[in-house]
Amino acid sequence: MKDGSKKFLKNGLGQLTIPLIAVALLVIFNLIRDPSFFSISITHNNVGNAVLSGNLISIINGASELAILAIGMTLVTAATKGQDISVGAAAAIAGSVFVKVLKSGSEISVGMVLLAFLCACLVAMIFGAFNGTLVAVFNIQPMIATLILYTCGRSIAYWINGGATPTVNSPILNAIGSFAPGIPVPTPVIIVIAVTILFKLLFHFTSLEILTQSVGINQSAARLNGINTTFIKLLSFILLGVCVSVAGCIGVSRLGLINHETLLLDVEMDAILAVAIGGNSLGGGKFKISGSIIGAYVIQMLTITLYAMKVSSTDVKAYKAIVIVLLVVIGSPVVKERFRKIFKKGKSGTKGVEAA
Amino acid sequence: MRRFSKVLSLALVVIMMFALTACGGDGSIKVGVVNNPPSESGYREANVKDMEAVFSKENGYELKTAYSLKNDEQLQAAQGFITEGVDYLLISAAETTGWDEVLKKAKDAGIKVYLFDRMIDVDESLYEAAVVSDMAKEGETAVNWLLSQNLDEYNVIHIQGAMGSDAQIGRTGALDAQFASGKMNKVVQQTATWDEAEAKKIVESVINSGEDFNVIYAENDGMAKGAVAALDEAGITHGVDGEVIVMGFDCNKWALRELKAGAWNYDGQCSPFQAKIISDLIKSGNAPSSKKIINEEKGFDAKTLTDADIDTYGLGE
Repeated sequence: MKDGSKKFLKNGLGQLTIPLIAVALLVIFNLIRDPSFFSISITHNNVGNAVLSGNLISIINGASELAILAIGMTLVTAATKGQDISVGAAAAIAGSVFVKVLKSGSEISVGMVLLAFLCACLVAMIFGAFNGTLVAVFNIQPMIATLILYTCGRSIAYWINGGATPTVNSPILNAIGSFAPGIPVPTPVIIVIAVTILFKLLFHFTSLEILTQSVGINQSAARLNGINTTFIKLLSFILLGVCVSVAGCIGVSRLGLINHETLLLDVEMDAILAVAIGGNSLGGGKFKISGSIIGAYVIQMLTITLYAMKVSSTDVKAYKAIVIVLLVVIGSPVVKERFRKIFKKGKSGTKGVEAA
Repeated sequence: MRRFSKVLSLALVVIMMFALTACGGDGSIKVGVVNNPPSESGYREANVKDMEAVFSKENGYELKTAYSLKNDEQLQAAQGFITEGVDYLLISAAETTGWDEVLKKAKDAGIKVYLFDRMIDVDESLYEAAVVSDMAKEGETAVNWLLSQNLDEYNVIHIQGAMGSDAQIGRTGALDAQFASGKMNKVVQQTATWDEAEAKKIVESVINSGEDFNVIYAENDGMAKGAVAALDEAGITHGVDGEVIVMGFDCNKWALRELKAGAWNYDGQCSPFQAKIISDLIKSGNAPSSKKIINEEKGFDAKTLTDADIDTYGLGE
């Protein structure tokens, strides 16, 4: 404990400083603007369950898909020094497979939903492996390699179901995408927690975290130390595939419909942003998944804030861009270094006074 | 991508050669249709199906089709149809420009041209008539329906489509006029760029702010569904006899079923059915009375919607 506090004094919050400052700023801004912004109340939804509601719930609920994708994106970024820009398109494919399997049976049961999810997961992992092979085996830059799926993914999603917006209706899907009976917390939030715990366990019981970091920091050194770098890179894409399928299935379950053109539209950029805001280097190497998840919530909080302020339709993206530019610049190594110097000067100054 | 389009155009040429040899002189009317691919949207899917159903063999037509989202590929296809010697050329262009030369060639070859769904930027003399939707009228029909509900107060959440698209401009215009005149109050006006999940977030944010609203005007069915999901989570009733009136557009079959179940109130449609009008013009042999024919727009009220309407006018499955 003493060690921990010493470390804290020395490094501050480390990598998490920037995302946490961003959260704090947004919270303070909203509290000044409208003190009741974060109030949470209990209402009864139309199915008759008592559920929590409020802006805070909207934020953590709405960011679920993004948070899950950001986890996978962090791994890919760390291992390959590049990003996967096809996650939105891949999620549309996974969602389409999910719907296709659900519609093939006569009735939607829990087993059926599980089967559909497993199929979607498998397909997303295959597409992940495809991206991974291009990157790991053929050494193509990740953004170029994933550009292929980015371009054609949504057409593939269309072929799977044929129609423009197939719908699936079932209380089970509603329980996954909205609220499960008897639980006042939105189910997608619970899924995010479950996925995070799964990844933490994976890192705890395997050496995946260290292997990924060493591949990202110095590939040749890692290879000389006997690490199968190709496999680690490929694995990161396959794990992202799992995240993609979870996100896609949540997206479909929320509304009981898949629109292959708009499901998780432009989410790839937000996912990459979440990784960046989370203090992770987009150039690979060391990473913190918690940072990316907070990053995802920052982006969502920003969106909901703009909606609450009724910023006009055409201006939303511009405002979002301004805030994000600020965050990224503050988080950049150049600015960080300058801050640290100023901080150090101040500290040594006070030390001098104490000594005297 | 370029290679892909090359392969595609090659394939098109091959298909056309086959089509050329398959041409029989059985007295049927040869119609070439240049359209956008059915995968573009539910609207286009219905549009393509309608064309195929009306210009069928049974109705005395020989139909040739070419689908592309790219103007240059569409131009090539039209050129191909002219060379083949079709009697009529029907075009829904990807872009409004670049068609002069091809249409002149068609005129020289004695081929009559009809435009459908989309206008082209050329001299009127180059085509017989254009059968198009009046997007603004579609919005007006919906807003007039809303006014006829005689609510004491209109507090409207307006969820817009992708800004600048034809459908968005048309569907927004009439409502904006009501906001300007003060007849209706704008609670919020936001774009969800046709994204269902975004629409849900917008409505959620209004609910969280505690503001009153009694109408949701979503510019397509998907966004209306997203909005309704937010209402359901907050325990707000909607539809016929509900607290909130729900309006959507496009008339997907599933959306009309929501209407029939009383969960929504109104669904408007930009009609994708132009084939019948054009076929009637061709069969009558008369020159059309006007160069621009406005397709009738439908709007359905949950209280008067019938199952037959769903079958006839619903899009998709």
